[in-house]
Amino acid sequence: MDLDSLLQSVFNFENYGELLVLVQNSLWAGAVLGLLGGLVGTFVMKRDLAFAVHGISELSFAGAAFALLVGTDVVFGSLVGSVAAALLLGLMGVRARDKNSIIGVIMPFGLGLGILFLSLYEGRAANKFGLLTGQIVSVDTVQLQVLAGTAVAVMAALCVIWRPLSFASVDPELAEARGVPVRSLALVFMVLLGVSVALSIQIVGALLVLALLITPAAAALRVTSSPRLVVLLSVVFAVSATVGGILLALGGRIPISPYVTTLSFLIYVVCRVIGSVRARRGLNGRVMRTA
Amino acid sequence: MNPVISLKQASLKFGRRTLWDDLNLDINPGEFFAVLGPNGSGKTSFLKVLLGLQELHSGHASLGGHPVERGSRLIGYIPQQKPFLPDTPMRARDLVGLGVDGHRWGIRLGTAKANRRIDELLDLVGASDYAKVPVGQLSGGEQQRLRVAQALATDPKVLLCDEPLLSLDLHHQQAVSALINKQCHDRKSAVVFVTHEINPIIDYVDRILYLAGGRFSVGTPHEVMTTEVLSDLYDSNVEVIHANGRIVVVGLPDATTHHHDDAHAAAGEGS
Repeated sequence: MDLDSLLQSVFNFENYGELLVLVQNSLWAGAVLGLLGGLVGTFVMKRDLAFAVHGISELSFAGAAFALLVGTDVVFGSLVGSVAAALLLGLMGVRARDKNSIIGVIMPFGLGLGILFLSLYEGRAANKFGLLTGQIVSVDTVQLQVLAGTAVAVMAALCVIWRPLSFASVDPELAEARGVPVRSLALVFMVLLGVSVALSIQIVGALLVLALLITPAAAALRVTSSPRLVVLLSVVFAVSATVGGILLALGGRIPISPYVTTLSFLIYVVCRVIGSVRARRGLNGRVMRTA
Repeated sequence: MNPVISLKQASLKFGRRTLWDDLNLDINPGEFFAVLGPNGSGKTSFLKVLLGLQELHSGHASLGGHPVERGSRLIGYIPQQKPFLPDTPMRARDLVGLGVDGHRWGIRLGTAKANRRIDELLDLVGASDYAKVPVGQLSGGEQQRLRVAQALATDPKVLLCDEPLLSLDLHHQQAVSALINKQCHDRKSAVVFVTHEINPIIDYVDRILYLAGGRFSVGTPHEVMTTEVLSDLYDSNVEVIHANGRIVVVGLPDATTHHHDDAHAAAGEGS
């Protein structure tokens, strides 16, 4: 493939208007998942769970692959896999060091199982590939409704536990002294995280879930420490990456995930640069009084 | 006046080691109660019992008239100083905000009211100038002032302080202990102040619980901080000198530093 045809397959905007109508569902799905990823991601960062997200997504992949093999609903399969993994981590990995080793153990196991199920599967190859890299183009209206409904439920639950969860995440000792149910909140959050991972896999695939659940929040944290602004920016970044990625992908022949991950990555790089420039100038919000 | 903290025949043991036994104690609203003793004598464990994080071996502990539970809304807590990581995603005012309404469900709706309260508290501890600085970028003394503001946020009935003056310079020590005393005196909070150094708070203390070698003594500073009482507790010749309103204890046995390691292994204390 020469450079010209490569570019043709990455960027090609003929008949763009007609295509846009066809992918309306996908755009909505992308926006919903961006919103969810941006919200959940801020807590993932506060609780230092980036590695856990990766572990959960591998087991979610195994669940989806199994569902594909036995011919049941793939989304349901990935949901079962990720919630099981999330609960396992929530129950076993109380201490950070412990948690990381448990993730390290179940991650390759989940991936291995997934590959096993896929190699036994004899259906379309595109279905296999979709689990790893995402397949949002094919979202129909019913799927979109299920997806949006689940996402709204997760976000509603997150809103209910928002304050005590923040407290327990950044200042657990104090939260416990004040009677906040730190351990139950941790478990509830793991379930919400599991569901979010399973939903996100639909768009970016098991391998690239981090781009939706980690990168936007991590980018936001580079430029602000204000909790409200972190949430706002994280959501804006995540939605821009998903919706922007889908819009760009319409003009090429390759899957959506590279566009989403690249956008997400670029946003992070820009935020990182802004953050370090500010740090070098010593701008941290302190009021200087001249004596 | 009903005591806000009450211990009845309380004892605490880790394995075969007794930290204290048959401790009967009532602490009243507005009382400044200091807990002293060498490392590993069970000072922090005493607080953990009140926080409901440490079960008594036997006896009863109650707080506000009810048996102690895991954490309580009645409690304001100033933990042993542990610096925040530099990239902790929280500004000074957010830390104080957690004290104001962090325990409530849902998201904060009455922003203006919460912000007013946060500003008040920041002003009270003299932290207004760094209200918007990420906590990880503040000095130990600045973080500790915020801890005080956070603990006072809900006007707690009980204020538990675990070595709040540790690693503060003299100026900050005075500022922090004066703030705690103000809460105790003006708002009638019961203060339980764990420390290994009595002098910074000697002017405020009503009563002392002195823990050493598995035994204890309770009373006013004049009753407890004497050569006889401490020699008896430590089971060796300790001399207590009162000079210029300060108290100097001379000849503490070296064995106390040895106890320190035991306590960490057995109780996970002081970490």
